[in-house]
Amino acid sequence: MTVEVAGRPRRKGGGAVAIRSLFWRLPWLRTTVLLTPPLAWFVVIYIASLVLLLITAFWAIDPFTTRMIQAWNLDNFRQILNEPTYLRIIVRTVSMAALVTVTDAAIAFPFAYYMARIASRRVQTILFAAVLLPLWASYLARLYAWILILNHSGVLNWSLQAFGVPPANVAYTDVAVWIVFSYIWLPFMIIPTYAALERVPESLVEAASDLGARRWRTLRDIVLPLALPGVVAGSIFTFSLTLGDYITPVLIGGGTSFIGNVVYSNIGIANNVPFAAALAMVPIGIMALYLIGAKRLGAFEAL
Amino acid sequence: MSETLTRIALRAWVVLVLLFLFIPMVVIFLYAFNSSKIEAWPIEGFSLRWINVTLNDAEVLSAIKLSVEVALITTVLALILGSCAAFAIHRTTFFGRDAINFLLVLPLALPGIITGVALHAFFDYGGILLSVATIVVGHTTFCIVVVYNNVLARLRRTQGSLVEAAMDLGANGFQTFRDITLPLLSTAVIAGAMLAFALSFDEIIVTTFTAGAQNTLPIWIFAQIRNGQRLPEVNVVVSFVILITIIPVLIAARLTGGGGTSRVPAAR
Amino acid sequence: MKFGAIAALAAVAVTACGSSNNNGGSTLQQPPTANIKPLAQIGAGEGALTLIDWGGYVQSLWQKPFEQQTGCKITYKDAGSSDEMVTLMANGGGGQWDMVSASGDADLRLIYSGDVKPMNMDLIPDWQNFQTAFKSPAFNTISGIHYGVSLQWGPNTLLYNTKKFVNPPTSWGVLYDSQYSGLITIPDNAIQIADAALYLSKTKPSLKITDPYELTQSQFDATVALLKQQRPLVKTYWAAVGDEETAFKSGDVVVGAAWPIMTTDLKTAGAPVNDTIPTEGATGWADTWMLATNAPHPNCAYMWAKWVSTPTVQAEQAINYGETPVNTKACAVMESLSAGSCAAYHGNAPGSYFDTIKFWKTPIATCDDGTKNCIAYAQWQSAWTTIKG
Repeated sequence: MTVEVAGRPRRKGGGAVAIRSLFWRLPWLRTTVLLTPPLAWFVVIYIASLVLLLITAFWAIDPFTTRMIQAWNLDNFRQILNEPTYLRIIVRTVSMAALVTVTDAAIAFPFAYYMARIASRRVQTILFAAVLLPLWASYLARLYAWILILNHSGVLNWSLQAFGVPPANVAYTDVAVWIVFSYIWLPFMIIPTYAALERVPESLVEAASDLGARRWRTLRDIVLPLALPGVVAGSIFTFSLTLGDYITPVLIGGGTSFIGNVVYSNIGIANNVPFAAALAMVPIGIMALYLIGAKRLGAFEAL
Repeated sequence: MSETLTRIALRAWVVLVLLFLFIPMVVIFLYAFNSSKIEAWPIEGFSLRWINVTLNDAEVLSAIKLSVEVALITTVLALILGSCAAFAIHRTTFFGRDAINFLLVLPLALPGIITGVALHAFFDYGGILLSVATIVVGHTTFCIVVVYNNVLARLRRTQGSLVEAAMDLGANGFQTFRDITLPLLSTAVIAGAMLAFALSFDEIIVTTFTAGAQNTLPIWIFAQIRNGQRLPEVNVVVSFVILITIIPVLIAARLTGGGGTSRVPAAR
Repeated sequence: MKFGAIAALAAVAVTACGSSNNNGGSTLQQPPTANIKPLAQIGAGEGALTLIDWGGYVQSLWQKPFEQQTGCKITYKDAGSSDEMVTLMANGGGGQWDMVSASGDADLRLIYSGDVKPMNMDLIPDWQNFQTAFKSPAFNTISGIHYGVSLQWGPNTLLYNTKKFVNPPTSWGVLYDSQYSGLITIPDNAIQIADAALYLSKTKPSLKITDPYELTQSQFDATVALLKQQRPLVKTYWAAVGDEETAFKSGDVVVGAAWPIMTTDLKTAGAPVNDTIPTEGATGWADTWMLATNAPHPNCAYMWAKWVSTPTVQAEQAINYGETPVNTKACAVMESLSAGSCAAYHGNAPGSYFDTIKFWKTPIATCDDGTKNCIAYAQWQSAWTTIKG
């Protein structure tokens, strides 16, 4: 739309000007006209899809044709709640997401701290670019790199051997899944943490030390609380992305299921969209709680 | 711990994290030049053999073609819709503003599988055949926000003295927009487009649920990693994908001074 | 999971059809597509062909010449299980897919859900040369109507690392032996329960298992218990050919349940492996190329069915995949490609060998003796989820 406006030849006079000036004099009209296409896209496609997903979760499939039938029932949810396996899978997935988030926060915080508060302007720029590259570089490529590194005849075991350490059989285990998730989502944690740390006013830190606070105390009482919204903002991504991923467990995991795998196989293999939809409500619910909590902690101001 | 020690420790930590971030990517590029068919470390020797094989593989080429096609259409749609949203939002303070912000970022904040499954159910229910069009719809949905973020950030920064000056000199709202705002925006728009392209080109989870018999490049890579018979070609393709996703981002970073490329909507 | 119920129902319908016509809804008696007239002759190709295949069934060796001769450019998707194939084929292939290389445990589900349609064998000249058992087998031909063209058949094998096993293992027992803990791989597929049942049928005669696809509750429970014991020993449940090959190549696993193609691939790649059929026998498959009801490229599909039935392609695929061709003329070609291969893959003496393989079929509630005491596939699937955890 904006492109279209920009492309118009310059003309003087005529109705077009009248419409234009009307358009620009009445901001609400402009807002409405501009907002309609993107909002329509989101409401008609995205929101409608999400609502349909919610509804589908209460449907079933015709056992004979596998077509969805609109028979309202709670069987899908009952199955998830009553079958210990699904509960185990949910707990495992949430634990993995939490573990990855904590790991990334632990790795990212000192890095971001150095970047924001110690490094020179130049080093800061370089480090920012260094985080940016893996942030955007292909997800599959970076996952595949770890297959090459962790497998039995890969880089890791070769290196261990060079140090005389027995080979570690990390590939195709949950440990590998943890490492790869932590690796892939790390930049998502570093950037908001860095942004938050950079915003901590130097004057506050100075004031604290003027008042005799020790370095660690300043860190704990001034810097950490102010940086927390950034860490929480980053954790939204590390947590959410881990919660729904199935590619990494499939390619480098040991066959233990995560929520994403079960959802994927119910759609791709068992053709049971209603059950997949019901199971998909679990990450949606968890993320809703998470986002509410994050809002309380002020993460959205950091966004 | 004394201050110097802390600094040394932090510096060491930064170096370690950088190694952690980059060693895997270096490994990928080394494997692309592997002369052997076997995926073992260290690689046997350097050769262009597999690069040649890959460049002549019709399947790879058609997957690249499809991915580029999808990414281009997605980029155009995301540009239009994302810019619209940014323009609509930037000077208004109406009540729904936060809600719209939240809505646009949702496809990136929720796990991709949710967007994928929801769209799959939507198309399934609507009797819409999965095709290139459905892939594009999925990609556009999560790409809008990167354009929106970039354009909005720039709009917020440019609404100021320049606009006022133009108005003072007698330009009306539209003229100001055309002659002042738009030129200032162009780099942000290009940056948004670059990022949307990179995001779409690499996407796999949403694509898996919205593609029919179409093989985008990531779907081809995923299938081949699992199939396991053409891993030497996968090495080459994957290196190529890293370049394709990184180059637009570097351009975008240059255009925006880094801020717009944070992906996580932070450092604005 | 509800999905298995379809299979069960479909299969019940088939059983009902075969034995007596007094039960079951009349709609289940005849496949929904039975009245669709197949092509009378192959027309001009559409320039494209979309296939769902078992990983390795579309190989450039026979794909390239086909594309050159017919101009039909192939797009294919490797499926990892029969369930996945059935799902992909939903809605008659969804207007996306032309053909699927379905196994016996998927065929009837596809036929009775109306996702595949009748084919005209007159358009497949080599059909005349098929082994008699595969011209109109019960798994793809119903009331004389053909729903596909038989392709190849073979056993599931025990794959092992020859460096770790100086003498080849003779029993499936190695897969349940804690000595190999963390070095074992198993297909991620509910039908795998039959493999454990087959093992128990020989090692625990007291359970009285006669057919690994027909298990009573107690037999089923014992089998599932065995698989749960096996769980901690398993390094990875593979879902695609490459998963297992990668794990064997890297040495992460040394023994596992496998398909013959993996042996071929791994040997080609120089990995120290071999396969065997243990004394307990093996499960196996018999595959059929079936035509999607909404196939967008039917002419190219027929050209493909014709092409893969020719002795040369049959021989190439048999050697490549390590399976047995259905075309009797393929044996001579196999010999010319690789001396001794016809005998090695049982292309010459199929009858007795055929009987040693327990072919995949969909487990249903009705046992062979007519009682309803058997465990249906739906329960196999949910049990498999609990086994894997």
